[in-house]
Amino acid sequence: MVLVELPEWAALAPMLLLAGTALALFVIDSISPRSTNRTILAGTATAGSLAALAVAVWFTAAGVGAPGMDGFGVIELFDGQLIVDQMALYFMIVVAVVTALVSVASYDYMEGHAYQAEYYSLVMLAATGMATMAAANSLVTIFIALELASLPSYALVSILKDNRGSVEAGLKYFLVGALSSAIFVYGISLVYGATGFLQLDAIAVELEALAAGDGGDFGGLLGLGILMLIGGFAFKTASVPFHFWAPEAYEGAPAPISAFLSSASKAAGFVIAFRVFTTAFPLDVTTELIGVDWTVAFVILAVVTMTVGNFAAATQDNVKRMLAYSSIGHAGYALIGLAGLGAGSETVMGAAMMHLLVYGFMNTGAFLFVGLAEHWGVGRTFEDYNGLAKQAPIACAALAVFMFSLAGIPPFGGFFSKYFLFTGAIEAGLLVVAAALVVNSALSLYYYARLVKAVWIDDPVVERDSLSQPTGLYAAIVFAAVMTVVLLPGFGPVVDTALDAAAVVVA
Amino acid sequence: MMIEALIGVALIGALVTFLAPNRIAGKLAFAISLIPAALSLWMFATFDGSGNALLGGELAFESQAEWIQFGAYAISWFVGLDGISLPLVVLTTILVSLAIVSSWTPIDDRESQFYGLVLFIEANLIGVFVALDFFLWFIFWEAVLIPMYLLIGIWGGPRRKYAAIKFFVYTNVASLLMFGAFIALVFGLGDAVTSFALPEITAAMLDGGPDGFFGVGGTTLMSAVFVAMFIGFAVKVPVVPFHTWLPDAHVEAPTPASVLLAGILLKMGTYALLRFNFTMFPTDVIEPFVVPIAVIAVISVIYGAMLALAQTDLKRIVAYSSVSSMGYVILGLIAFTQFGVGGATFQMVSHGLISGLMFMAVGVIYNATHTRMVTDMSGMADRMPVAVGILIAGAFGYMGLPLMSGFAAEYFIFFGAFGSEFLEYAPIFTALAMFGIVVVAGYLLFAMQRAVFGPYNLETDYDVRRAPLHDVAPMFVLLGLIIALGVAPDLIFEMITDAVDPILEGGEL
Repeated sequence: MVLVELPEWAALAPMLLLAGTALALFVIDSISPRSTNRTILAGTATAGSLAALAVAVWFTAAGVGAPGMDGFGVIELFDGQLIVDQMALYFMIVVAVVTALVSVASYDYMEGHAYQAEYYSLVMLAATGMATMAAANSLVTIFIALELASLPSYALVSILKDNRGSVEAGLKYFLVGALSSAIFVYGISLVYGATGFLQLDAIAVELEALAAGDGGDFGGLLGLGILMLIGGFAFKTASVPFHFWAPEAYEGAPAPISAFLSSASKAAGFVIAFRVFTTAFPLDVTTELIGVDWTVAFVILAVVTMTVGNFAAATQDNVKRMLAYSSIGHAGYALIGLAGLGAGSETVMGAAMMHLLVYGFMNTGAFLFVGLAEHWGVGRTFEDYNGLAKQAPIACAALAVFMFSLAGIPPFGGFFSKYFLFTGAIEAGLLVVAAALVVNSALSLYYYARLVKAVWIDDPVVERDSLSQPTGLYAAIVFAAVMTVVLLPGFGPVVDTALDAAAVVVA
Repeated sequence: MMIEALIGVALIGALVTFLAPNRIAGKLAFAISLIPAALSLWMFATFDGSGNALLGGELAFESQAEWIQFGAYAISWFVGLDGISLPLVVLTTILVSLAIVSSWTPIDDRESQFYGLVLFIEANLIGVFVALDFFLWFIFWEAVLIPMYLLIGIWGGPRRKYAAIKFFVYTNVASLLMFGAFIALVFGLGDAVTSFALPEITAAMLDGGPDGFFGVGGTTLMSAVFVAMFIGFAVKVPVVPFHTWLPDAHVEAPTPASVLLAGILLKMGTYALLRFNFTMFPTDVIEPFVVPIAVIAVISVIYGAMLALAQTDLKRIVAYSSVSSMGYVILGLIAFTQFGVGGATFQMVSHGLISGLMFMAVGVIYNATHTRMVTDMSGMADRMPVAVGILIAGAFGYMGLPLMSGFAAEYFIFFGAFGSEFLEYAPIFTALAMFGIVVVAGYLLFAMQRAVFGPYNLETDYDVRRAPLHDVAPMFVLLGLIIALGVAPDLIFEMITDAVDPILEGGEL
């Protein structure tokens, strides 16, 4: 019994809340320009993202967007340009969580920075873009959302204007981003040329009609278009072949922004990949038209991406770069979700979604720890981190949780999501991918454990005085660690939600 | 809910201790560890289970709750105790309490972290012995590694980093092998199982087994999985040739960690061998491997003892003799008789107590002298009569002095192994293994004679004096338990055999 009938667009509330927070920050900035009142600014950003998170969780629990629910069902808005289903809400949760963590951590990290209000409003705008990506259901809205997420990100990466590394990283990120955007939009135009539609469901209908008819003469065109779309996704998710911006950008950017990009932005990149390939390009029809099974592309990308990421990470001496390459490796793991779709089962995609959620906590937490280390000014290499546990046992315990979870060792959330990816790959018959996953996970333990060893076991190279305990960073790190641990016993609901969401999209 | 309380107290205690100030951490951890110890003793007193947990026995303190449903398989929180796991749980809780007391003297840096990790290990060790769902079990199994790695790596001796990483890599690779093999087995079973509950998997295994997996036939799959899991657990036990991590880890680990490592962590391996390899698999799968495993067991016994004979570091002597003792356990298991398997389980408990005692005694001597080299010491009995007396008592326990638990355990094993019909040439294997005892007596008496007796002579700047009471008290408790089990083995042997018998009968054996 619903007392007040909400309008359909209310289903977009998480996204609207993020956008509203960005606007509220603008208002604050216009009332009090150059304000450095961090409590109000970071507080607004945190409150906004937490509100978005709460609404998204509530909607998910209430069954908004779930088929078969009375009066709900999958909600399509603006002629199907936007869609609110369980997958959209799921990824809005991921984005909102990471945004909240980043906002809290930035309270300390951006202390003393001149452009406080701009920083937080850019974060919120990028988060709005990512949330829109989760709901976008047409190639045009996808592109707009992608740009909405990307443009603030470029500025955020280079926001430390006096820091050469930050500016250089921003420029590299922008150049690669502009190039991949161009490729992506070109891909869109080719798909449009082949089918005459931009809305994803309409593309699928048209493709079926083409396959049922003479097949059309546009198979090659369509194939090329899809290939270029994959390029766009690869950029956003930091996968091979558009991964090389990631180490530079993550290293140069302020650590909370590295966390933001490597967790939320990656997840958002994956949601459009999931949606476009399951909705617009049904596997059998597309294969018939272009003559190639597009999962093959993702099988190759998955294996290459995880291997490149892990091998490169193993050779790093700089902690932030190691995390950047590890983030590429994890993009490879999540790509299994698309590579395994050939078997027609949604479980493997659900597993990838679970991995992205857990990753949202453990990877964000790891980057925020780097932010904490930068806040302390201890240096950037593994050696500089030596012996930190003596002064900061709690933060270092959290770091150990993140590292072992990233490596996929029990008893942390990363173990389950990786295991489910593994079984998903096996069920899909992708033994090579499953083997690559195991080998890479085993390899990754080497460099993750190296960081744990540095902070816990090795003796410090230089004697340090006691380290400060910045409230915001500590709160964010501890919360992320607690969630990484809690996601082990509490993985049941995540599995159900992710599998339900994936089932709707795949069907 | 008793088991949840047991694990929960240890986990929360670990967190509280981790956050407590260093000054009170040791006492606090001890106080907290008394709660699981008391609870487990109460469970021991009120134990009402019967039969084997995996073979449809009546479980004590059982509890089950749905956890995750992924694909065709359910993962659940499923715990319970039978006559095999209960003694090991009691051993764990008691040994952890005593190990905490024995750390008060040697641990003087980052105490709250140390004791927090010890309690965290305790929670996971209990979990390993009570879990009856494969996933749950595996999570506890793996979760033991991380704190032990840190205990060795942070508080260990001079070569602690090498020892810690070696321990971690060896056991983790072994776990990965075992995990992969078991998952393949479960997938191979197909529709016959719908969950990872061990009793269900056991039933499916004994009722025809898997059809095959990715083109591998059912029998081949079972044999391959059996071997892979045996290797995976053999590293943990350890048996020759997978034992090389053990002396490094034991020697470099701080005394309390050595106590836990030898006392309980090694038992995880033998316990898992008993639960998985020797309970789940039908006899015809095991049969081709019986003689090779017996050979490995005997080699472990003799070679481990020989290695101990060659050492001059007291801690290394005790460490290598663990390899030897674990060889007896394997021999008992493969004999497949009531006394063999039951004796092996009894030996797990007995060796946990005796090796714990030995490591503590060596640790107390080291605290005073800062050396463990037999060649440096002479006439220690003169200065530390009580600690040395206990060391000698422990050594005699190791040698199998009647009325101590070591004697009962080894007697059961030899008795069970000698008459085994399952193991070919059983009398020869048993006779060879018995020869190990002679070597044990040799190296222990040799070490005692040199270090303990004769005129006092030790070149050291330290003032060697009697050990404080809180160093000696835990050893007396252990000695009491060793003698109690030696005088009345039926205290636990009865419930052990009750749980072992179904393996020998029900499992088509």
